[in-house]
Amino acid sequence: MTTELVNPAPRQDNQDPALFGQTPSQTVGPFFHYGLPWKGGADLVGQSDMGARPELFPEEHYVLNLSPPRGAVAGETITLEGVVYDADGKPVPDAMIEIWQANAAGRYASPDDDRSNLPLDEGFIGFGRAATNESGLYRFKTVRPGPVPGPGDSAQAPHIAVSVFGRGVIKRLVTRIYFEDAAENASDPILALVPAERRDTLVAREIDGVWRFDIVLQGERETVFFDV
Amino acid sequence: MSLILPYAREDASQPPSLHPGYASTVARSPRQPLVRIPHTLTETTGPAGCWENLMGGALADLTAQHAGMPQGQRIIVSGRVLDEQGRPVPNAVMEIWQANAAGRYIHKKDQWDAPLDPNFTGAGRVVTDAEGRYRYVTVRPGAYPWGNHHNAWRPSHIHLSLLGPAFATRLITQMYFPDDPLIEIDPIANAVPMPFRQRMVSRFDIGTSQANWALGYLFDVVLRGREATPFEDDHDD
Ligand SMILES: [Fe+3]
Repeated sequence: MTTELVNPAPRQDNQDPALFGQTPSQTVGPFFHYGLPWKGGADLVGQSDMGARPELFPEEHYVLNLSPPRGAVAGETITLEGVVYDADGKPVPDAMIEIWQANAAGRYASPDDDRSNLPLDEGFIGFGRAATNESGLYRFKTVRPGPVPGPGDSAQAPHIAVSVFGRGVIKRLVTRIYFEDAAENASDPILALVPAERRDTLVAREIDGVWRFDIVLQGERETVFFDV
Repeated sequence: MSLILPYAREDASQPPSLHPGYASTVARSPRQPLVRIPHTLTETTGPAGCWENLMGGALADLTAQHAGMPQGQRIIVSGRVLDEQGRPVPNAVMEIWQANAAGRYIHKKDQWDAPLDPNFTGAGRVVTDAEGRYRYVTVRPGAYPWGNHHNAWRPSHIHLSLLGPAFATRLITQMYFPDDPLIEIDPIANAVPMPFRQRMVSRFDIGTSQANWALGYLFDVVLRGREATPFEDDHDD
């Protein structure tokens, strides 16, 4: 005798056409360090192991790879760092920051950027990921991006798109990094949508050769976060 | 001429940033309104198709990363990554991390007094094929206590990170199990209103279970989709 294999009656889930839709966001939690930030994930141009926090778990449980070797990258190499703060001004030691940016020529390494007149760098993808350390500090090595087109025939000032994740951050927070000395900021169509008195929370400042961009999740000088 | 195809905005299923039942959202969620911006090339592009270059190859069997078999119930999780129109999302990377069968993470800051498993790390990574399909093998994670409130327990869950085609479609979520009573009393799951909370619950499937080997669970992840009508961007190509 054989028993027919039938599934139990399902409860309603995302395979039910009546419920089908976007999967909801959930927090990254406090224990993502052995699963997400890989060694080199925060070094978009070189071979260092920036980005990961391997001291938070035994060495034999590091299963992620080191970033493979990169090719040549054109443009000005920069270091970008900042501290993530909560509402009480306390640094956030369990946040994860991701960046996405164009190369120095203003081209995205993406099939959806079809502007083939602009060069791609073999060694530059433009995506980076960094865990904050115990002092709430994140740090990237990357290149200064070129300007990219905006809506209509506008041009956007050079900028880096940022995603903030963390324990207690139930849904990704999105912001942007602009550069203090860029003349194009004055005509940037996205900055123009931000109340003037809050625009400077989106602007990185160069201090002793390092571009500084703190992220304040809440409170005085709260960073501007975008609804994308 | 560059064509910008914006993505849909978040739907009613997305949780608010502030959900006081989950205590650490109180000091870590913005109070100023979000500034809504149009989708530009920055938001509609993403590093699709270069995962191996970026972070390395697939890690699809979480039970085969050490000398021995991990403790616990072996499971096969498979499904598709789709957009809101039901179209497959190929070439998306799904990163996975989870507790072991006893509900303990390999992380130094996890202080729960449940055993660590030397044969289980709990980290994996898969890339969707041309039909948006993925599959990985792991063990079912245990429930674990946390300090949010008295007698607080997280339901069994697998943390999932999805890097899809664009900055706009980035998603981090958690997958739950259909037979778990803790879901309905968990403040993190409950940040998502009903019925949308059910979208995070996997389905047991006898068809993908393997006789004398592992139970099968199906879970489709749905990313934001591109809007139907493109608008033309009239800068020069
Ligand atoms: Fe967890």
